[in-house]
Amino acid sequence: MSRIQEAFQDKKAFIPFITCGDPDLETTEKLVYAMEEAGASLIELGIPFSDPTAEGPVIQEANIRALLGGVTTDKIFDMAARIRQRTQIPLVFMTYANVVFSRGIGHFAKRAAEAGIDGLILPDVPFEEKEEFAGACREYGLDFISLIAPTSRERIRMIAEKASGFVYCVSSLGVTGTRSDITTDTGAMVRMVKETKKIPCAVGFGISTPEQAARIGATSDGVIVGSAIVKLCARYGRECVPYVAEYVKKMTEALA
Amino acid sequence: MKKGRYGIHGGQYIPETLMNAVRELEEAYEFYKKDPGFQAELAELLNEYAGRPSRLYYAERMTEDLGGAKIYLKREDLNHTGAHKINNVLGQILLAKKMGKTRVIAETGAGQHGVATATAAALMGMECEVFMGEKDTKRQALNVYRMRLLGAKVHAVTSGTATLKDAVSETMREWTKRIDDTHYVLGSCMGPHPFPEIVRDFQSVISREIKEQLLEREGRLPDAVLACVGGGSNAIGAFYHFIEDESVRLIGCEAAGRGVDTAETAATIATGKLGIFHGMKSYFCQDEYGQIAPVYSISAGLDYPGVGPEHADLYDRGRAEYVPVTDDEAVDAFEYLARMEGIIPAIESAHAVAYARKLAPQMGEDQIMVINISGRGDKDCAAIARYRGEDIYE
Repeated sequence: MSRIQEAFQDKKAFIPFITCGDPDLETTEKLVYAMEEAGASLIELGIPFSDPTAEGPVIQEANIRALLGGVTTDKIFDMAARIRQRTQIPLVFMTYANVVFSRGIGHFAKRAAEAGIDGLILPDVPFEEKEEFAGACREYGLDFISLIAPTSRERIRMIAEKASGFVYCVSSLGVTGTRSDITTDTGAMVRMVKETKKIPCAVGFGISTPEQAARIGATSDGVIVGSAIVKLCARYGRECVPYVAEYVKKMTEALA
Repeated sequence: MKKGRYGIHGGQYIPETLMNAVRELEEAYEFYKKDPGFQAELAELLNEYAGRPSRLYYAERMTEDLGGAKIYLKREDLNHTGAHKINNVLGQILLAKKMGKTRVIAETGAGQHGVATATAAALMGMECEVFMGEKDTKRQALNVYRMRLLGAKVHAVTSGTATLKDAVSETMREWTKRIDDTHYVLGSCMGPHPFPEIVRDFQSVISREIKEQLLEREGRLPDAVLACVGGGSNAIGAFYHFIEDESVRLIGCEAAGRGVDTAETAATIATGKLGIFHGMKSYFCQDEYGQIAPVYSISAGLDYPGVGPEHADLYDRGRAEYVPVTDDEAVDAFEYLARMEGIIPAIESAHAVAYARKLAPQMGEDQIMVINISGRGDKDCAAIARYRGEDIYE
């Protein structure tokens, strides 16, 4: 069983997202350990991109902060390798196609796998373009994570059939960022995936409160939270670790 | 070649949320492009509203002054709203209307595409919102006012470099928020399939007319066609019907800004490399880690770090040439055409005029060059005055 599969065993997975290098890589590393300790099942590590078109302002700004701080993909590979020596928590890279493409897709996948990364999420690579990336990921044992959206409708079956690791269900239209109201029937999206393939489904985009996590977790295998955590990183900088840990603990408890 | 691909370039690198929207657009476009009713309606709009066909003007004084090729100017600056952008916009908004959309959104750099979109939206009774880099709203303040006057809401985009690239990103984000009633009127031959094809087809009226007009006047094809290239819509429009005519040199003039050996440049083919951004695989100005470069040009319309996928392929195949033109050269050409022919070109188009000044004397007097004057330069007068150290009121 892969580390990603284990993350969804007998529990609802809480999946926090952080941007690597916001505010610096040392803090990112500490956050990973603290979030695992606080109950996170899998961690999404964002590799910053200059122009993240699927992100709302909170994560856009985190990307800019990290890049201004001098973070590069190579430094992030090194950090991931250090983290993997200390913990077995599943780690998934979240970034944009050009970050991977510019390193050479095969080279990127190899380096990520060697560093102990378990999967890759690219929000600007839909089903029709995925093979160029997914092929290299398979070769090195990484799961290329597929996304489905509220607009996917009949596409869900096709995407689910070829999905690997888990399916990332986008809860709402628009970009990442906290929302007071999530109106999509995410449970129905999850059911459509499961009719095609037995694969874990985690819901993300817009989730920030324990109430939302409990409600959405009830009809899925886990929830993904990014902007709410990145806001804490922005607010507390290098001092953010205990605040993030406390938040992750609260969310994990709501999901249990 | 795979659908939506130009050699290795093109594709659909967009969030899943938008995939059904672009597929619906593709289906609608496939249907309407073959629909005689749609084509007749569009032709009527282009002719009676936008003022097509645009003139192919023999620039006699410029020809004599440069002492080489016979120079013709394709006067896209004479179109309604003052640029080639209206050709694409009328087509796309008519298509959007047929698809039942009631709202259009658009990015704009220099403001010409935003003005054209606001214009067509007013004409067809559609809601319109335009995203423009904050920096561009300042250097093109007149166009911001024009868009508002036409009933559009203009959003100043502050993210990133606050220029055209960020306006495109923000319009894409806006589209993912509201898809059902909204069409994204992309202004250049770029982005995910089917946009590069749609924009090229609607702009290809330019080369179709050049061909007809020149055959009528000179009984032959041109030896060279020059156009400026940012994303590349006026250039692909001016090149398209000549691609199969191997004797015609196709020359795209990129914005080199302060020079291709500086960081302050937007010459993508001269300085960029293969990448994936804004929905397409193509050439982009970027660093070794794939971070998109903060490009620069005096021209807000060419100030973009990428180029349309069909241009990237024409370059790969050696079918078109791409040359860098600096701010200095473009500003000189802007003033040159004003004095020589009484035509004030857009600073974007002045990039093509600048290269023509170098190329024409190297060509024979029996040869013919066509320069696409993609827009008029009224919008640039204040900025050019500033460049020359003079402050004028807009």
